[in-house]
Amino acid sequence: MIQTDAAAAAPPPDIWGQIFVFVLASFIGLGVIRRVSRLLHTPLMSITNAISAIAIVGSIIVTGADYPIGIRILGAVALFASMTNIVSGFLITDRMLKMFKTDTRPRSGGHP
Amino acid sequence: MSRDLVQLSYIIATGLFVFALHWMNTPATARKGVYAGVAGMVLAIAATWAEPVVVHHWWIVAALAAGVVVGVPLSLVPLTAVPQRTALSHAFGGLAAGLVGTAKYYLWFGEGPANLTAFRMVAIIVEIILGFLTFTGSLMAAGKLQEVKFIPQRPVTYPLQNVTNIGLLAVAAVVGIALVLHPTASWAPLTFPVIIVLALAFGVLLIIPIGGADMPTVIAILNAYAGLSAVAMGFVLDNKLLITAGALDGSSGLILAIIMCKAMNRSFVNVLFGAFGQVQQTKAAGEEKVYKAESIEGAGQVLEQANLVVVIPGYGMAVAQAQHKVRELYDQLKKRGIAVKFAIHPVAGRMPGHMNVLLAEADIPYTDLVEMDEINPDMPQVDVALVVGANDVVNPAARTEKTSPIYGMPIIDADRARTVFAIKRSKNPGFAGIDNELYFSDKTWMLFGDAKNVIGELVKQLSGGSGLH
Repeated sequence: MIQTDAAAAAPPPDIWGQIFVFVLASFIGLGVIRRVSRLLHTPLMSITNAISAIAIVGSIIVTGADYPIGIRILGAVALFASMTNIVSGFLITDRMLKMFKTDTRPRSGGHP
Repeated sequence: MSRDLVQLSYIIATGLFVFALHWMNTPATARKGVYAGVAGMVLAIAATWAEPVVVHHWWIVAALAAGVVVGVPLSLVPLTAVPQRTALSHAFGGLAAGLVGTAKYYLWFGEGPANLTAFRMVAIIVEIILGFLTFTGSLMAAGKLQEVKFIPQRPVTYPLQNVTNIGLLAVAAVVGIALVLHPTASWAPLTFPVIIVLALAFGVLLIIPIGGADMPTVIAILNAYAGLSAVAMGFVLDNKLLITAGALDGSSGLILAIIMCKAMNRSFVNVLFGAFGQVQQTKAAGEEKVYKAESIEGAGQVLEQANLVVVIPGYGMAVAQAQHKVRELYDQLKKRGIAVKFAIHPVAGRMPGHMNVLLAEADIPYTDLVEMDEINPDMPQVDVALVVGANDVVNPAARTEKTSPIYGMPIIDADRARTVFAIKRSKNPGFAGIDNELYFSDKTWMLFGDAKNVIGELVKQLSGGSGLH
């Protein structure tokens, strides 16, 4: 899967390879997400949000490469938006997950 | 060589992301998942930044810094505001995808028209349509959730709404096809923004007719769109890491949306185009039904006599910020040896899992949070069902009333408990505007007032009365 990325002029992308990856990743995603605890659906949403902000790698290239300035401004805004999602997504997920406890402090006479 | 390294880092990052989601299957390992996700992200960013084409480092530093400055406060919002924060982050995700798609199109148009293959053009069109409609759609959703003044809370409908919406999308698709066929025509760069505008407008129109009760589903659907726009970006940039991470996000949104729809017995199409809340039955109140109100003292005494109490929280608990008072009540009851469980309906609140997070914030052990399907068989043994700001999810009309808009929706069988206490802010019907038979049942007693105050009073009553400390 590396040879499609030869240097110099852009080679034709491996379309079927991409679709293949997409289909397999979707199956993995469906399999993994189905088993996520229902308790954690809100944190799940914020962590997948942070993860899909991986769009940042696209924005880094568009912002950082030697492209016309208009293009790079679009990239910089996208980069800012993605970074916001990464930072707030991971931080708030962790903040919420910290609150999920089995039993908090010893309470007198309390058992179900 | 360095390209091999970049690809290798991407594969490792992909693996870390899969583990991050895998570890979310139980609260015990979930935090490990966050660390895996962060590690994958840092690795992917570092590998990309190190690519030789990247030369304007200060631009990147500035954008990253701005992202941190905005992102940190967004992670510190009160947990009741998590639904709107989530909607806002979907908006950011959509915006990023839309902007990168736009940038790539104009870049290739100017510097390498040979790159604008049919496949890439399809991917770019899909990316910008999904990206920009997710952007405005999520902003609207966030605005509704935050109750921003100039955004109507109630569903807005008008004649031929669906025809207009679908028509708009069809026009965007036709313009898109024209661009795919002639990506380098002289009119193309001027036509491209038309699609952007149409997608932006479509996003707004898509959310306008949607009411608060449907927000959990809509947020999940927007989540899926945001993921799919990242996948499309991956196709545009020939980047398999983007395709994988976007697919994970997309499947997560899809599964959550399916769970939400099932929990309401409705289809996607019905949620998106059904304009819930407008189609209320016009069955005017024939005979005036009477609520039976109960005093705090009376309710306190009944609670003290109970062996098993089930609390059924809803959006009203979030609005009143009552979760901490609920926790005090939980403590009071537990102290007396009374078993307390929380029955969580999948669509309670304004996003998937909303109630769980609020109760966890109030330090209630998650082992006492029980799903609807698990608690329902036990409901006849429940002495007191305490409904805190929930309405439609306990409405027995869903089982019996064929004409009711919520007919067929699975509910928590509060009406099968021996006694029901329902805390309600006012005598008005709930969000969907549907009368709730539960409130007029023989065994139901109403506690009128703000959920936080009512439960606070109950706690005072219980801690004062019984001599237990």
